[in-house]
Amino acid sequence: MPQAKKKYQLRIPSQTDNLELIREFVSRVARKVGFKDDAISKIELAVDEACANVIEHAYQKNDKKNIDVAIQIDYQKFTIIITDHGRGFDPKKIKTPDMKEYLAQMRVGGLGIYLMRTLMDEIDFNVHPKRNQVIMSKYFLDKKAKHADQSEARPN
Amino acid sequence: MTGFEVMRAENGEVTLLRLKGYLDAHTAPDLESALQKLIDEKRVKIIVSFKELTYISSAGLGVFMGFIEEVRSGGGDIKLTNMNQKIYRVFDLLGFPTLFEIRDDESHAVGSFAQPKSR
Repeated sequence: MPQAKKKYQLRIPSQTDNLELIREFVSRVARKVGFKDDAISKIELAVDEACANVIEHAYQKNDKKNIDVAIQIDYQKFTIIITDHGRGFDPKKIKTPDMKEYLAQMRVGGLGIYLMRTLMDEIDFNVHPKRNQVIMSKYFLDKKAKHADQSEARPN
Repeated sequence: MTGFEVMRAENGEVTLLRLKGYLDAHTAPDLESALQKLIDEKRVKIIVSFKELTYISSAGLGVFMGFIEEVRSGGGDIKLTNMNQKIYRVFDLLGFPTLFEIRDDESHAVGSFAQPKSR
């Protein structure tokens, strides 16, 4: 599904009840450019996690602020850029948690970044004094296809 | 009108919560309240059916994580049933199947509360 370059953009108030609209926006564009259900559900979850983090951490639930969700499509990949103008963070401190340890401690929250890294092909954090960005991409040719079956197994 | 509902049914000591719609950072507090209410009533044998749940994010999973310890220390459990593949994948990615009992359907989960734990 090679694509010509295109850009889609949504600016939306930083409120949790808008997460559904954000997911819908991203899913619709992903479907329009040819992604199948499986990839669409990964993209929508990764974007939801990123935006939920913005609402809770960057804006600390201040619903007067905006979140910008931009989608850039080029020949190879589908890139989502989520921008906020809230509190920054040190991307170096964002570690991929050891899930065994994490579950053993039964910690609540903080699972979002782990999911984002797992669900997308590329992820990058761009932190400036007054602007934070999460940039996530999924390739049109599934780079992770060989691993895809690992998570599809059903319980007995 | 939110996109999420929790329906509650009781079968003896066991409470069944049927989730409907989407469970994200917006609707997770509704599930939190429903579980907190059960704990307050000391109804800790809980089955959650995902049959009509269409979406879950980590905020939803975090709710189960937040209650499981308290429920188990009160002699109960939270057993999860009827997950479609999309929902199960999120649980699986985060390693939840090692922490929670996940069953195919509600009747198996109800029966398992009557039997001694195998682990």
